[in-house]
Amino acid sequence: MADALGWWGVPLAIAAGTMRGGTPFLFVSLGECLTEKSGKINLGLEGTLLTGAMSAYAVSYLSREAVGDVMAPFLGVLVAGLAGMVLGAIHGWLSQQRRVNDVAVGIAMIIFGSGIAFFFGKPFIQPVAPQIPTLNLGAWSDVPAIQAALRISPLFIFGVILAPAMQWFFKSTRWGLLIRAVGDAPEAARAMGVSIFKVRMLSIVGGSFLAGIGGASLSLYYPGVWTELISSGQGLMAVALVIFARWNPVQCLYASLLFGGAQALGPALQSVGVDSFYYLFNAAPYVLTLAIMIITCSPKKTLTGAPGALGKESS
Amino acid sequence: MQPPKQFPFSRRQVLRGLLATTAFGLTAKFGTGCTPAQEGGDEGDEAASGGGSEELVIGFLYVGPKDDFGYNQAHAEGAAAIAELPGVKIVEQASVPETSEVEEAMRSMIEIDGATVLFPTSFGYFDPHILKLAEEFPDVQFFHAGGLYTDDMPDNIGSYFGYIDEAQYVAGIVAGLTTESNKLGFVAAKPIPQVLRNINGFTLGAKSVNPDVTTQVIFTGDWAEPVKEAEAVNSMADQGIDVVTCHVDSPKVVIETAERRGMYSSGYHADQSALAPEGYLTGAEWDWTSIYTQYVEWLQAGKTLMNGDIPHIVRGGLESGFWKLSDFGPAVSDEAKAQAEEVKAMFADSSMVIYTGEIQDNTGEVKIPAGEELEQTAVELETMDWLVEGVDGSVEG
Repeated sequence: MADALGWWGVPLAIAAGTMRGGTPFLFVSLGECLTEKSGKINLGLEGTLLTGAMSAYAVSYLSREAVGDVMAPFLGVLVAGLAGMVLGAIHGWLSQQRRVNDVAVGIAMIIFGSGIAFFFGKPFIQPVAPQIPTLNLGAWSDVPAIQAALRISPLFIFGVILAPAMQWFFKSTRWGLLIRAVGDAPEAARAMGVSIFKVRMLSIVGGSFLAGIGGASLSLYYPGVWTELISSGQGLMAVALVIFARWNPVQCLYASLLFGGAQALGPALQSVGVDSFYYLFNAAPYVLTLAIMIITCSPKKTLTGAPGALGKESS
Repeated sequence: MQPPKQFPFSRRQVLRGLLATTAFGLTAKFGTGCTPAQEGGDEGDEAASGGGSEELVIGFLYVGPKDDFGYNQAHAEGAAAIAELPGVKIVEQASVPETSEVEEAMRSMIEIDGATVLFPTSFGYFDPHILKLAEEFPDVQFFHAGGLYTDDMPDNIGSYFGYIDEAQYVAGIVAGLTTESNKLGFVAAKPIPQVLRNINGFTLGAKSVNPDVTTQVIFTGDWAEPVKEAEAVNSMADQGIDVVTCHVDSPKVVIETAERRGMYSSGYHADQSALAPEGYLTGAEWDWTSIYTQYVEWLQAGKTLMNGDIPHIVRGGLESGFWKLSDFGPAVSDEAKAQAEEVKAMFADSSMVIYTGEIQDNTGEVKIPAGEELEQTAVELETMDWLVEGVDGSVEG
């Protein structure tokens, strides 16, 4: 058994929490960033997250016999992404109909996505599904706590690489520029002969794919179970986080790490004997969301970096 | 740019659509209204109900899914057991939040399904939801699991609960004899009396066999917080805690995370041994079957809460079959098994008292003076707001 780490446990827990708990935030916020760059909001990613978590867990459990314990979770991740794409396609089509508000559709999709997840997820609450294998970067250390903290999911590493890649995509590729054009000035994009519907559809579907993978990281990596309360609002917080990150993928990465670490704060402080204010520390991620909203909201100026057509009635 | 287009449907089309929807809604309602009645006719054993004797419809409401390896599963197992009894029909609804939604769920069970007895099982359903509905439906009997009932409340409310802190005491003995670091961990949801009793019971049990033991408590703030529960167990592991137990709705995350970190774990609510084949020591499990069967017997004999035939407060420990212990895991030594069984036998014949003075709380204040004993039924215990000496944690947030 480990020696007590004492106060060192708090920074360690927060550091580990950024990597463990930040992964779903990272994927959902990158997905939302992609969606919002094209000028549509997808609040339904909370539902996509749940559907992804459920389908990943279910597929990992059901396919363990056929493809083995190592491949089954990866198959689950893939299916979670595909399930997310289906929900994204529904949102993408609905939210681009005439006189349809994308925020309202998003709220409907939260309810639809979580309903689907709860309905099909009932038989999978009990079974134990194989988890995504982790990369043990802490093997050099003798301290079990550090070994456990550095047990990193390949999904997290994928997300960390994806963030700058997406930044480059938006800045330097033709496709990235098209998405930004559609998001900033749809009229100009249309004048160029670009189909706004198709670009937004693909962005929403792609964003939902990432959110589905975020769900898979909840159920197959950390905390590694499927229950109906697994997301506890993380999908919605990730949407707030995109605003905080000013629609910049690399800043989404930093913001996700911050939120992941905030989740670990309450339990870690209690474990070293700070017994007061635990309600406040437990609420840290939510307090952070509110604080961000208050700081970033201003009636006088628009946010820098916000896509021009975001939240506007499309013609 | 473009002028707003005309609304794409004519008035006639809209009217037709509305009429069609209404008609469909009505028929659909008839359809669902018919099915249970038919099913009831087919299923209800004709020998018993042939004479027209009324079927007892009992409604169960759970705060989470019915197979959560936890609190709700324990209740659902009890409900499934009485569903087998002749003349009893069960209606169930899972995942009902502790908001006005539970009032609607109870109302529809009473008005649509014809339930005359309700078991809203979650702690937070009571105030104000059950109190409100109990006034509105004075003929329906409400039985609530928890210690919130007082005499001045409507007389169609009953309260039942088991002294599962006895089981936690026995689990504490096993934990105290198994731990190597003498540090135990307790992941708790909220500092309410029942949770505090379990923490204190577990700690007193461990200290009775190993006085050096301390218990670290981490409150997560709500009944189901999977990420925080996992973080709590990981933080405990980092602090060298080697046995962990919990009082949350679904202990699945706690037990699985503990197994991954190579810790011992002690279950709660239901049997979680399948989740931790190596580290699972034992667990405090509810056994609602006996009390639910007892209630059904009373109700079928025509007894009610309103005329005072059924006691308003039903409490019990092992002697009344309210709890059981999970089978011991492979890590439990023979000595620990023997000691646990010995104390369990004392609970079974009611000769064991957990709160025997002198007991101090963790701020050093004497809560139970030397020579004094508090029986399980004592009211002071139902309103417990302190943690015993040896617990690291605080009730005030």
